[in-house]
Amino acid sequence: MNTAPALSLRNIYKSFGGIVAVEDLSLDVKRGEIVALVGDNGAGKSTVVKIITGMYQPSSGEIRLAGEPVHFIDASQSQSKGVQVVYQDLALAESQPVYMNLFLGREKTKGWFGKLDRTGMIAETEELMRELNVRIPSPKSTIRKLSGGQRQAVAIARATHWATNLVLMDEPTAALGVTETSKAEDIISGLKARDLAILIVSHSLDQVFRLSDQICVLRRGKQIGVRQTKQTDKNEIVSMITGLHASSR
Amino acid sequence: MNFKKLLTRPEFGAFVAAVGIFVFFAAVAGEGFLSISGTINYLEVAAQVGILAVSVSLLMIAGEFDLSVGSMIGASGMIIALAVTQFDWPLWLAIIVAFLFSLVVGYVNGWLVIKTRLPSFIITLASMFLLRGLTIGFTLLITNVTRASGLGTYTEGDFLAPLFLGRPLGLPISIWWWIGLSLILGWMLFRTPFGNWVFAAGGDALAARNVGVPVARVKISLFMLTAASATLLAIIQVLDTGSADVLRGEQKELEAIASAVIGGCLLSGGYGSVYGAAIGALILGMVQEGIVFTRISTDWFRAVLGGMLLAAVLLNNYLRHRALRSR
Ligand SMILES: Nc1ncnc2c1ncn2[C@@H]1O[C@H](COP(=O)(O)OP(=O)(O)OP(=O)(O)O)[C@@H](O)[C@H]1O
Ligand SMILES: [Mg+2]
Repeated sequence: MNTAPALSLRNIYKSFGGIVAVEDLSLDVKRGEIVALVGDNGAGKSTVVKIITGMYQPSSGEIRLAGEPVHFIDASQSQSKGVQVVYQDLALAESQPVYMNLFLGREKTKGWFGKLDRTGMIAETEELMRELNVRIPSPKSTIRKLSGGQRQAVAIARATHWATNLVLMDEPTAALGVTETSKAEDIISGLKARDLAILIVSHSLDQVFRLSDQICVLRRGKQIGVRQTKQTDKNEIVSMITGLHASSR
Repeated sequence: MNFKKLLTRPEFGAFVAAVGIFVFFAAVAGEGFLSISGTINYLEVAAQVGILAVSVSLLMIAGEFDLSVGSMIGASGMIIALAVTQFDWPLWLAIIVAFLFSLVVGYVNGWLVIKTRLPSFIITLASMFLLRGLTIGFTLLITNVTRASGLGTYTEGDFLAPLFLGRPLGLPISIWWWIGLSLILGWMLFRTPFGNWVFAAGGDALAARNVGVPVARVKISLFMLTAASATLLAIIQVLDTGSADVLRGEQKELEAIASAVIGGCLLSGGYGSVYGAAIGALILGMVQEGIVFTRISTDWFRAVLGGMLLAAVLLNNYLRHRALRSR
């Protein structure tokens, strides 16, 4: 059994031209653990997520998956290592049906000529949606027809279906209503039981405290600190995010 | 498949139009148009466009254009003609080299589009001029004329020639290639993961990349396919006429795009059909040859084609809006 953390970031630094988006970030995420990444708008959270998936390359620093250094140059490479993402800006194929979005890039086929197994994919989609308690009109509806919440549920379902090591979520519930959010949170906590490592970006501190085991705070690209969720409180996190001392402490 | 589903298919408009145009010419110019030789005539014209159109439609669904296929026809034809007549290569070798050349050109087109992120319209416009110019320049340099003829004698005993020559079962070989390619590429588009990636690459490139679809690979391979289909057409023409001309294939790229659009392809990508493009080519063939039988001067063909293209785009637009709403 590999004891190295599922994800390990060391001294990650990333600049876009003159703008430093991430400055010296080091963070571990273990299997069965949810780590929350918080910070104000523009703090660099999405950039961190995109660096891990390989969509961006770090300017310097090291990324290890299960102890092994990796240098992804695009998202398909991280996926082949069992990393899945739910993006802030939804990344679904709008004109394709739900079941195709779950299987896009990993289509089920049958027969010698690699014919698409549509019935099989539709059936599996139905089962997955039932399992995750997601209500959509039909696996065959195109994404364009779904509400923001339903879309996000599909994106989460896709990520959780394929992830074998690490799930990255960038504000997965930002577009969701109250009921959908709590449903999504149930799904996310359920991932812990599947022994996946989870990194979640969220602006909702309530949610962060409900879900996470550790909280990592970024401010303008700088890592302010990492706290055990059980040993901190909202006031401390808020003051770390804003850089101001909470008056009520 | 139920009727409503049929209505919402991308090629439905083209299918209706094809039936309408067939009925029109059958009524107006029945004798010539419906005769066996008349039928073969328009099928052959359709096949020449169709061989290009079916692969061009795939590329368009993937969100890209190839304006260089017309020049590729001229270039491949000349490569074969010069290799055989000037350098005494066996025909089969010339054919293979022409195919390899087209694959390289297609690869370069695709690679440039991916790397520069410039519109393929511009990149392939450049390769259209480049290829044509090089074909004319080199041909004149080597032979001092812009035509090569007398190739007929070289086909004898060549083991590759029968694939591109003659009339199996009474139909010109181009028609068989047209039908075969339509069926194979149509099957690939609608029944295989690759086809699914073609749709995704054209409609939702970013999402497709994010979920791990090899968008670059899909697009580059389709550029190679369009270039190779131009070479295929060039070989059929060269062996059929026994000659090659540096100007051959001019405007074919536009006819192929027109067929694809009439067949329901969207210029913006992500939507369309190989079968639709094949039907679009059939329409082009019927109109071009049908006009001959009506004794209207063929000078009007382009005007008719332009009008039809406009009508097709409007009809398809209307149908697509209905289709997307009903899904
Ligand atoms: N592709 C890019 N090119 C240039 N600058 C970028 C790029 N991506 C992000 N940035 C910059 O990096 C900084 C961090 O952006 P990032 O999207 O990571 O913030 P965030 O923490 O996710 O914010 P939010 O909470 O609003 O989603 C910002 O200043 C942003 O302008
Ligand atoms: Mg963000």
